[in-house]
Amino acid sequence: MSQATLPQTYPAKHGTDMEDTYAIFPTVEVTRRTVIETGTTALLLSSLPRGALAAGTGQVDPVPTSIALRINGHLHNLTLDPRTTLLDALREHLALTGSKKGCDHGQCGACTVLVEGRRINSCLTLAVMHDGQSITTVEGLAFGEDLHPMQAALVEHDGFQCGYCTSGQICSAVGMLAESREGAPSYVTADLTQSATELSDDEIRERMSGNICRCAAYPNIVAAIRQAMGEQT
Amino acid sequence: MKAFSYERVPSVTDAAIAASKPGVKIIAGGTNLLDLMKLQVETPSTLVDINRLPLDKIEETSEGGLRVGALVRNSDLAADVRVRQHYGVLSRALLAGASAQLRNKATTAGNLLQRTRCYYFYDVTKPCNKRVPGSGCSALAGFNRIHAILGGSEACIATHPSDMAVAMRALDAKVETIDHEGRTRTIPIADFHRLPGHTPDIESDLASGEIVTAVTLPPPLPGVQVYRKVRDRASYAFALVSVAAIVDSVGGRIRSARLAFGGLAPRPWRIAAAEKGLTNAAADARAFGAAADAVLEGARGYGSNDFKIPLTRRTLHAVLGEISRT
Repeated sequence: MSQATLPQTYPAKHGTDMEDTYAIFPTVEVTRRTVIETGTTALLLSSLPRGALAAGTGQVDPVPTSIALRINGHLHNLTLDPRTTLLDALREHLALTGSKKGCDHGQCGACTVLVEGRRINSCLTLAVMHDGQSITTVEGLAFGEDLHPMQAALVEHDGFQCGYCTSGQICSAVGMLAESREGAPSYVTADLTQSATELSDDEIRERMSGNICRCAAYPNIVAAIRQAMGEQT
Repeated sequence: MKAFSYERVPSVTDAAIAASKPGVKIIAGGTNLLDLMKLQVETPSTLVDINRLPLDKIEETSEGGLRVGALVRNSDLAADVRVRQHYGVLSRALLAGASAQLRNKATTAGNLLQRTRCYYFYDVTKPCNKRVPGSGCSALAGFNRIHAILGGSEACIATHPSDMAVAMRALDAKVETIDHEGRTRTIPIADFHRLPGHTPDIESDLASGEIVTAVTLPPPLPGVQVYRKVRDRASYAFALVSVAAIVDSVGGRIRSARLAFGGLAPRPWRIAAAEKGLTNAAADARAFGAAADAVLEGARGYGSNDFKIPLTRRTLHAVLGEISRT
């Protein structure tokens, strides 16, 4: 992660390029950027330690917790309110905004990332639960300027309209093909005792059902995955 | 989300000790708990993360069954070769639930202990006896399309949302637990989930300070195993009606049948009389109809969920017909 992509609000950087430390918790400045992006401001405020605001109500004061996450190959040391979801840690604290917040309740899949190679909804897990683990986001899939085959296939097949679900679709599809290569069955697999060799369109659709596309680009997403699947085998 | 303190514990016993304290919630997959915490339906003061405890193995038992650790992920259980070979109904039920991302996170014990998806349980501005005992049930005269037709009470008609538990009910799985004093016990899955009665806030047989360590499956059963789930869309939706069936038949005659139902009741629903009536019966519409009558005895709709009664009947016919043709 280059320093240029760091948000201005989290400037305290120590250590080497491979090990970044951000002092996030105590101070959040409202900058021109966050004022203009009112949605971002609201999100930042929602991640403030609310216990401090509710002093005297008997509520627990959140204790900032220090963790290390290896994200896209880079080690990041973070000190976070334990309420911070993995998605908010990525987006609000590390400026990795490729992973999207759609429903924030595990229903749409826009926040899909790979943890230790497996796809999960980053909105429904706490960052502190992943201390020491490796996470791949959509930002970590490409090799420099060369797109990951799944990214290239989505572009080639026009697998999106507004694009909001796309990074989740891509991470999910990469995870899905890895599961399939390991022989994992799905609800539509006719014979559970056989490992799937090549995925039919029905298999792809069932295995991707956790990723909703409200522009309904599904036919093109399926076509893109089918192509990427062929390139990987 | 209300503020909480976050801890990890070094052992299973420490987790049970922590669970005996007020305000403590155990977190594993977190896919249901965090959802409810964001809505402030759940407001623990302490979260105890047990994800690193050694409860993630699937082992063969001396009786020839399988012992599934509490932390085995739904996707891993569904994909286990032994489960696919001998407990197809369980693998299929797991794969029918949620999405691949959620199954990669959700655990065996968490799936059993997940809360209902009743709209009013989720809406903190509405009365709900399960969330706030004594406040009333909004579903009885409200939107109740997804609600129970069996096993409910005047206090609550919420359904248990799990697919996995329905298959485990058909298999007669057993739930292993440990408490804060180190005592272990085994609970038949039939007794694990409670009916609401006057206390819908109490959903399982677990005591304070008692946590699930494993679920054991019996030795493989003879017969064909099917899990049929009827829902509003083809994937990634909760069951309106589901049937887990294990039927042993030969030459058009049923030797034995096990039938458990999801989407109908506050817990997986299984009626011995329905299965007894099918034993040694010809696999025909008359026998299937009698079985449906037995399952639906005492069923009542609350308006929007009336359709579940004929839907259960038709789904059971379809499943038994499919099995008897194989």
